Amino acid sequence: MNENATRIASTSDETPASTVDAGRRGFIGTAAGLSAAALVAPGVFLHSVAAAPRSEPVTDSVRWGLLIDTAKCADGCSACVDACDRENGLDLQEPHGSESKWEHQKSVWIRKVKLQDNQTGRITNLPMMCQHCEHPPCVDVCPTGASFKRADGIVMVDRHLCIGCRYCMMACPYKARSFIHQNTSGQLTAVPRGKGCVESCNLCVHRRDHGEESTACVDACAQEGHGAIVFGDLKDPDSAISQRLREIPSRQIREDLVLNTGVRYAGV
Amino acid sequence: MKRVVYREWRIPPERYWSLLGFLAALIGIAALSFGYMEHEGHWVSGMNNSVVWGMPHVFAVFLIIAASGALNIASIGTVFRKPIYKPLGRLSGLLAVAMLMGGLLVLVMDLGRPERLIVAMTNYNFSSIFAWNIFLYTGFMAIVIAYLWSMADRQGGPFNYPIGILALVWRLALTTGTGSIFGFLVARQAYDAAILGPMFVSLSFAYGLAVFMLVLMFGFEEEGRPIGPRMMRRLRNLLALFIGIALYFTLIYHLTNLYMAKNDGLEHWLLLSGGIYTFLFWVGWILVGSLVPMWILYHPVLSRKREWIIGACALVIVGGFSALYVIIIGSQAFPMALFPGHTILESGFADGVNGAAAPYWPTIPEILLGVGGVAVALLITAVGVRVLQFMPESLADDVVAPDEETLDAAPFAKPV
Ligand code: SF4
Ligand code: SF4
Repeated sequence: MNENATRIASTSDETPASTVDAGRRGFIGTAAGLSAAALVAPGVFLHSVAAAPRSEPVTDSVRWGLLIDTAKCADGCSACVDACDRENGLDLQEPHGSESKWEHQKSVWIRKVKLQDNQTGRITNLPMMCQHCEHPPCVDVCPTGASFKRADGIVMVDRHLCIGCRYCMMACPYKARSFIHQNTSGQLTAVPRGKGCVESCNLCVHRRDHGEESTACVDACAQEGHGAIVFGDLKDPDSAISQRLREIPSRQIREDLVLNTGVRYAGV
Repeated sequence: MKRVVYREWRIPPERYWSLLGFLAALIGIAALSFGYMEHEGHWVSGMNNSVVWGMPHVFAVFLIIAASGALNIASIGTVFRKPIYKPLGRLSGLLAVAMLMGGLLVLVMDLGRPERLIVAMTNYNFSSIFAWNIFLYTGFMAIVIAYLWSMADRQGGPFNYPIGILALVWRLALTTGTGSIFGFLVARQAYDAAILGPMFVSLSFAYGLAVFMLVLMFGFEEEGRPIGPRMMRRLRNLLALFIGIALYFTLIYHLTNLYMAKNDGLEHWLLLSGGIYTFLFWVGWILVGSLVPMWILYHPVLSRKREWIIGACALVIVGGFSALYVIIIGSQAFPMALFPGHTILESGFADGVNGAAAPYWPTIPEILLGVGGVAVALLITAVGVRVLQFMPESLADDVVAPDEETLDAAPFAKPV
């Protein structure tokens, strides 16, 4: 029935699809406190994409986050969105149903939003994605514990545990999550996806676990010459993101909810 | 007053089997719909990333809260010691279990990964109200089955009262829990309100009783068992009262929202410009589902006519579906307040551009799946009353207990 969840087609040439990153598997189990669940669907383990996978468990000595300087975010640019789609295989989604329906049903991990201040008329552009809340409502409400927060602050969905109830989508104040409405094909080995599960931005967790420095959206934004997004460790006072946060005023979206998000915005 | 005799439902086999056949066909169609949505994925449904819970949830939540409401009759008999309701206790318990089963089935069949139900039953996140509800539902079934035993078995007699109290408390918790699934979602404006818990309780009273009365009247009529005017008057007054309570909570819910300035936009949209949701609110929920049935039930002439009472019950159910459609789907369609004080001009993810509501139209498979849940509930009830003694032989005035209060009695004993 759900052959797609277990059929992980490899489109990444370097790595044989059968290499299972044991350290990472162990980690997902412990981080979610649900190691037993790892036995549920042994076919769906994540695969490594590059050399040097992380061998130590994730600790809370770091907290990953993003700072988005909306002043630098260009109108009409979609480099971050396109890069995210490529990085996570979302560009491989095939349209289902009518075009308008597909617009509302396809998975989106990051989107550009254009706002106008009702009082002043000032226009702001910004990318929105999962805000990696410190107190994530999606994790609170998930009945099975499939939504979980890693020790390093990344909020993600355990694909073995998600039953597709979509309660997390009801609870997320940022509308950050997507439900996979259709059969998936041609996925990336690093980013398994499966019909009937929920997914969202995971701060390129596969890059994190292979010691890479940044995220796909950050790289793309920099490449375009905008440099509107900074990625880094919020706990390290010397990291670029912490330094920048000290320099410029920033805020969280829906600050009133006191979720202490890992994604911060300047100029909204 | 005579002793109440319970008897199996003995309508002619042809009628019985055609009824079962009809219900089984509905269930079969629902199973096909489920298979279709499950095989193709949810893209064939009207649900999307903005409106994530659709028509199946309207049916499921209706059945679940009506289940708890249906148990009221038993509670009034045992816990509040109204002897006139005692003969109805067994049917009330059966209907409660049956509707809960139907509702839960719909809920489960709509999961993105229904085959992982075992995961949901072995991994609990105790900060999730949803996970708590799984216990509330299974506990409810166990308690109601024990309750039925205590009503039907001689040895159960002494336990009837304590189990009755437990069942009452449990059902209140269950409906509050169901309401709280919505009531504690800070993200959505319409939901961020603790009053949804008690409001769901008040709605459940009316819906459960309306379904109960329809089943009772249908079952009795088919077999020619009598329901006396005294019993009818009691049930009808009770239904009118419950509708009134539900209306009161609805009013308070909207007044509280209107009082909070941040929800003005939501209320304005819902009450005035929300299109189908506004229509369903005013016409479905308030007019057809509340005011018209109340008018019928209090009307001096119409309220004595069986057809009109049936009509009133049916309208309450129609109103119930409208109400839940507005509560569940309308609240999701209204765009989330991501950036207060701003208008979203463009968005790559349908964030309510220029305040637009998210689209949702139920598709046929979703509706058929929901209807299947109703059919499951009715099938369980039909089989139950046929094989076991759930229904009293007669509810005629000379059989049911007299009203315990008489109007001319002094409210207090006079001092000597
Ligand atoms: S933004 Fe939404 S999905 Fe991301 S952690 Fe917060 S609540 Fe969860
Ligand atoms: S859809 Fe999956 S991740 Fe979201 S609440 Fe349900 S089980 Fe948890």
